[in-house]
Amino acid sequence: MDGIVELQRQLVEYTTSLYDEGFLDDQFIQLQQLQDESNPDFVVEVVSLFFEDSQRLLNELANSLEQQSLDFRRVDAHVHQLKGSSSSIGAQRVQGACIMFRNYCEVQNVEGCLKCLQHVKNEYSLVKSKLETLFKLEQQVLAAGGTIPMP
Amino acid sequence: MESCNCIEPQWPADELLMKYQYISDFFIALAYFSIPLELIYFVKKSAVFPYRWVLVQFGAFIVLCGATHLINLWTFNMHSRTVAVVMTTAKVLTALVSCVTALMLVHIIPDLLSVKTRELFLKNKAAELDREMGLIRTQEETGRHVRMLTHEIRSTLDRHTILKTTLVELGRTLALEECALWMPTRTGLELQLSYTLRHQNPVGFTVPTQLPVINQVFNTNRAVKISPNSPVARLRPIAAKYMPGEVVAVRVPLLHLSNFQIYDWPELSTKRYALMVLMLPSDSARKWHVHELELVEVVADQVAVALSHAAILEESMRARDLLIEQNVALDLARREAETAVRARNDFLAVMNHEMGTPMHAIIAVSSLLQETELTPEQRLMVETILKSSNLLATLINDVLDLSRLEDGSLQLDIGTFNLHALFKEVLNLIKPIASVKKLLITLSLASDLPEYAVGDEKRLMQTLLNVVGNAVKFSKDGSISLSAFVAKSESLRDPRVPDFFPVPSDNHFYLRVQVKDSGSGINPQDIPKLFTKFAQGQSLATKNSDGSGLGLAICKRFVNLMEGHIWIESEGLGKGSTAIFVVKLGIPERSNELKLSFVPKGPANHGQTNFLGLKVLVMDDNGVSRSVTKGLLVHLGCDVMTVSSGDECLRAITQEHQVVFMDICMPGVDGYEIAVRIHEMFSKRHERPLIVALTGNTDRVTKEHCLRVGMDGVILKPVSVDKMRIVLSELLEHRVLFEA
Repeated sequence: MDGIVELQRQLVEYTTSLYDEGFLDDQFIQLQQLQDESNPDFVVEVVSLFFEDSQRLLNELANSLEQQSLDFRRVDAHVHQLKGSSSSIGAQRVQGACIMFRNYCEVQNVEGCLKCLQHVKNEYSLVKSKLETLFKLEQQVLAAGGTIPMP
Repeated sequence: MESCNCIEPQWPADELLMKYQYISDFFIALAYFSIPLELIYFVKKSAVFPYRWVLVQFGAFIVLCGATHLINLWTFNMHSRTVAVVMTTAKVLTALVSCVTALMLVHIIPDLLSVKTRELFLKNKAAELDREMGLIRTQEETGRHVRMLTHEIRSTLDRHTILKTTLVELGRTLALEECALWMPTRTGLELQLSYTLRHQNPVGFTVPTQLPVINQVFNTNRAVKISPNSPVARLRPIAAKYMPGEVVAVRVPLLHLSNFQIYDWPELSTKRYALMVLMLPSDSARKWHVHELELVEVVADQVAVALSHAAILEESMRARDLLIEQNVALDLARREAETAVRARNDFLAVMNHEMGTPMHAIIAVSSLLQETELTPEQRLMVETILKSSNLLATLINDVLDLSRLEDGSLQLDIGTFNLHALFKEVLNLIKPIASVKKLLITLSLASDLPEYAVGDEKRLMQTLLNVVGNAVKFSKDGSISLSAFVAKSESLRDPRVPDFFPVPSDNHFYLRVQVKDSGSGINPQDIPKLFTKFAQGQSLATKNSDGSGLGLAICKRFVNLMEGHIWIESEGLGKGSTAIFVVKLGIPERSNELKLSFVPKGPANHGQTNFLGLKVLVMDDNGVSRSVTKGLLVHLGCDVMTVSSGDECLRAITQEHQVVFMDICMPGVDGYEIAVRIHEMFSKRHERPLIVALTGNTDRVTKEHCLRVGMDGVILKPVSVDKMRIVLSELLEHRVLFEA
């Protein structure tokens, strides 16, 4: 019993820290609210989708930026997609990075774009690892027989 | 003894003398050598002694003297020149040192003397400080006493305890012989002895308040020494033998409440004081010290505060008890009233039923009788019976209605009805009677009067009938005009009814109806009585009147229930009268008819929170936001289909879909165009699904564009569950949504 409480406490602490540090925002809470008995893995599914999508987009972006003749519109489109995805799941920092990226695209600043791509990649990997840790903790709590405390 | 170089035999008789001199010189030398040793020892021991240098000089002087005497020992006999030289040197040195010492002493002696003076001065200072210490200690003790006294006094909220404790503690602290408290009587003209320390039962002495000694005490907040012979101090019969101790009196202000019997509320302006008298033991030499007087003054103040606290507490306890009593009484009264009301209702219900049944029987049978063959006189009689019994039936119903109205158990039956039709029906009902009396009735409905309204149709008709009926009843000839219009807020306020504040709102309007007749009019004095039940003015009790006097009372109740107001204006007898009432009616939903045609399309869309089975199409090319939006809608119970491109959307959309959510920020897809195409696909408005744009920015340009292409709404992404719920309910209710 104590183990479950401890795990739950850890989970809550970790979750709170994610919100405090700006990795996640209210949209993520909305997602969690959509998860119920008829849809028990909704959050994990959406987040996995996000990971796949973002990985693909980042690869595309890396390719596009390496081209000799840069098509900024294409780059912008990809970033727009990434921004949309990240805002849908509440990955606040990724979203912010994307907004900056789009600004550089608008002014067609190549250096800026490259820097931003790096920034976005960093933020993405950060939030990815955070979310994976979060899911692991949730799994631990569930495996121990407890329930996930709702925010 | 002179020393010479010649060899002469010494006098043998002087040998003895010489021996003695020899021995004495020896001892002197010894002493002279030992004294410095002692001095050195002494100096070493006392580090404080300031004149060490002098002692060293003394030491040197003594040592040299000793040396001189020691060397003398060799001069008694033949001695060499060396000895003589040494002797001389020693003597010279000795002379030197002694002279120096002597000079030194001249400087030192004044200092030594002044040391003594300083010592005396310090002793005096020490004595002074001792005295001051004594004073401070006394003060601190007084302070302690005050604190202790205050603590004792303030530790209780019971007045008697406070006063008794004060006297006891003061008596103890100051070792008083007697301590007494004089309280002002209710009138304030006398002081009554209320408490004493030693006397067990004070015999209620009183002294008038206006005595000079008492005034003197009351005029200052200090403790005042008074004569032991003054009336307040004479508490026991004076035996000639003792010398009464000093007496001090101090005033105790009684804040707010004057005396022990608190049943009236004295004015705050008259400050009332009690008098505290303290007597030192007689036959003792004690006098009142300043610190003791201060103590007394402080205590008097504290007592005043403690007393007022106690008084206030008592007062509030009394008030609370009174309130509790009143509450109990009120509760009882309320329960009695409720019982009475219930009893009356039961009675009325029973009576209504009991009276109604025979009534209906009479009416029914009389009507039947009417149908049979009757002679003219019989017919007349039967008609009279019928009329009277109808009236009686109406009366019984009215009484029941009124009683139900009065205790608020009547509720309006709200529903949507045709307002225009209502007026026409009233007109139709009244027309026969009016035409019999040759009265002209006109109806005018304002053009902005809504066709449909929400309210209690039956009772509104009842009110209208009553008012119009009265107009007809009390007019012998002429015309009656019935007009209805929507009241604007300025005209709603009737200066005669200052507490009627109609508040127009978006889904209500105020209906104003005026019935003007040119009949007998009403005396302005009688107007207020019109609406009171069973009251009939003199002028109304003509043979024309066959009303019970209840009708208008009931109308007033109905109108009040409809949050309105009714009144009658008349210029006087014979000048006709105008009855006006204003009631609040609801405006029915605009999309009433549309809603009706909506029903076959989808189930359960009148419940705002139940979107079960609502068919929705979501178009979004971003997989993540697509699944999020889908999850949202599924959570709310919708049946969701998702597409990721414009073509797919156009292919998938059918009449069955009620709402389409489309992301208009999709690159390469013109959401607006899709909207236009959807419009083309479904020509009939009620077949077309509602189109809502999902976008990340809601600036004016985007919104206007959406409006132009015919979208029904715009929502800002990301959408929360609550927002989606509100959006869907707004959409389905009003078929339009543009959020700010």
